[in-house]
Amino acid sequence: MITIRGVSYEIQGQPILRDIDLDLPRGGVTALIGPNGAGKSTLLSLIARLKKLQSGRIGVDDLEVGKCSDRDLAKVLAIMPQSGHVSARLRVGELVEMGRYPWHQGRPGAHDREIVAETLTRFSLDALRDRFLDEISGGQRQRALAAMAYAQGTDYLLLDEPLNNLDIAAARHLMRLLRDMATGGGKTIVIVLHDINFAAAFADRIVVMHEGRIAADGAPETIITQDLLTGVFGTDAEILTLGARPVVMV
Amino acid sequence: MRVALPLLALAMLALLSLFVGAAALTPQSLFTDPEAARLLLVSRLPRTFAAILAGAALAITGQIMQILARNRFVEPVTAGSGQSAALGILLAAYLVPAAPVWIKMGIAAATTLVGSAGLLLMIRRLPPTQPLLVPLVALVYGGVIGAGVTFVAYQSDMLQFIQTWMTGELSGVLKGRYELLWVAGIASVATWFIADRITLLTLGEERARSLGLNVPLITAAGLAAISLVTAMTVVTLGAIPFVGLVVPNLVARIMGDNLRRSLPVSALCGAILVLGADIAGRVVRAPFEVPVATMIGVIGAALFIFLLYREPRRG
Repeated sequence: MITIRGVSYEIQGQPILRDIDLDLPRGGVTALIGPNGAGKSTLLSLIARLKKLQSGRIGVDDLEVGKCSDRDLAKVLAIMPQSGHVSARLRVGELVEMGRYPWHQGRPGAHDREIVAETLTRFSLDALRDRFLDEISGGQRQRALAAMAYAQGTDYLLLDEPLNNLDIAAARHLMRLLRDMATGGGKTIVIVLHDINFAAAFADRIVVMHEGRIAADGAPETIITQDLLTGVFGTDAEILTLGARPVVMV
Repeated sequence: MRVALPLLALAMLALLSLFVGAAALTPQSLFTDPEAARLLLVSRLPRTFAAILAGAALAITGQIMQILARNRFVEPVTAGSGQSAALGILLAAYLVPAAPVWIKMGIAAATTLVGSAGLLLMIRRLPPTQPLLVPLVALVYGGVIGAGVTFVAYQSDMLQFIQTWMTGELSGVLKGRYELLWVAGIASVATWFIADRITLLTLGEERARSLGLNVPLITAAGLAAISLVTAMTVVTLGAIPFVGLVVPNLVARIMGDNLRRSLPVSALCGAILVLGADIAGRVVRAPFEVPVATMIGVIGAALFIFLLYREPRRG
């Protein structure tokens, strides 16, 4: 379980997060949504110790973020950061293998190679294994980066806007993979999304952030309401219900 | 397989290097003329080793520098490290002229470390969206330190002295005067053991940290390797530019940035470039010699233009 207690964060006196308390139990897909600047990415970065905690505390299982070693946390929690750009000329296979670093520390063994092979197949990257990252499409690159985070073999997987710049086919493909990992693989997935409809379709739970606070938290069908759209997102789009699932008309 | 071809080319160049130069030396004369054997052992063999070691070291440190700077267009010798090494040599000669060579070497290594770290700190603040600012800043930075070196040398009447180190050449390499390069060579080969970790840095600091990499430690180790090796090369031979720029770029184009795969090839290609340029420098206006740094300036510039204009991607 990820436990967040009393976390505030500010940049140059500007509050980004205000006294956040949140529990993310094991299992399932949790989507963090909210308008730009709500603090979603900051919260994710704090959980993954990519930003330094200013106040409050965050725990991942029995590890305390900021106190435990980077390597210990790397075996429990993986993050796919927002900046999708990797300037290095690496092959897809090499990139995915780097995800195993916390376990092999630079000396990949047979077990690591097995996991890399399984990951490449799971993410449909077998044919791209020996291609350089700068020679494949943006969607394929995004998928390779997600595969790298998956290959890390952690219980918790955080993804910061992984659907950026993806076309609808690539976005659905990636979300289905994540959904399968949570349902079949028992992983805990926390994902920052911009598209409310994607969040409604694939997440078990939606946490809405607004101006550094948690504005709403619950199952998609209870969260996505007209009030949310006007109050938090400042727009008056209509909501339809298809099956049991709410759909925002854009 | 990857290294077989460059290894063969380097072996052939090395053989050629032993028998090309101002004094005539042929394989036959080795068996008849005792002077010939002495020439080989005291001059030609050390000179050949020096070119190979320096070339390999420069290519490897260039590649590491490019990863630490997150920019493909910087290399230590022109980006402040080389000039800082010259500054150290000058300071050592000025302040402690009687000190043994390893103390002078230590001073040069220290100024190089400060100079290289200074550059990294400076370019860290540059916006990542403007990649061309990095080589530009590096060039100006190196130029400013170089100007400082010239000024101090001018004031202390050591201009001629320092000029030897500003243009690298191999004609002065003799047995007993180049052995520091073996340390440089071994130090750069040792970086192969942290090659995986340095490769992780190419993913960016956030991704590297999230994989549990100790980013400050690896950055410091890379920086130390760059500074030590650059200082040793400059102290022994003088500044040889372009090798650290052109070779890693050409190798990365074909093999990518996975250092564990590409470092050995980079090292071999760097050795080939320096040794080849030195042999050419001995031949073009024999019996006089053109300094290896000048030859590489010409060859390196041509290679670099080719690099810039070639289609950057395939597929």
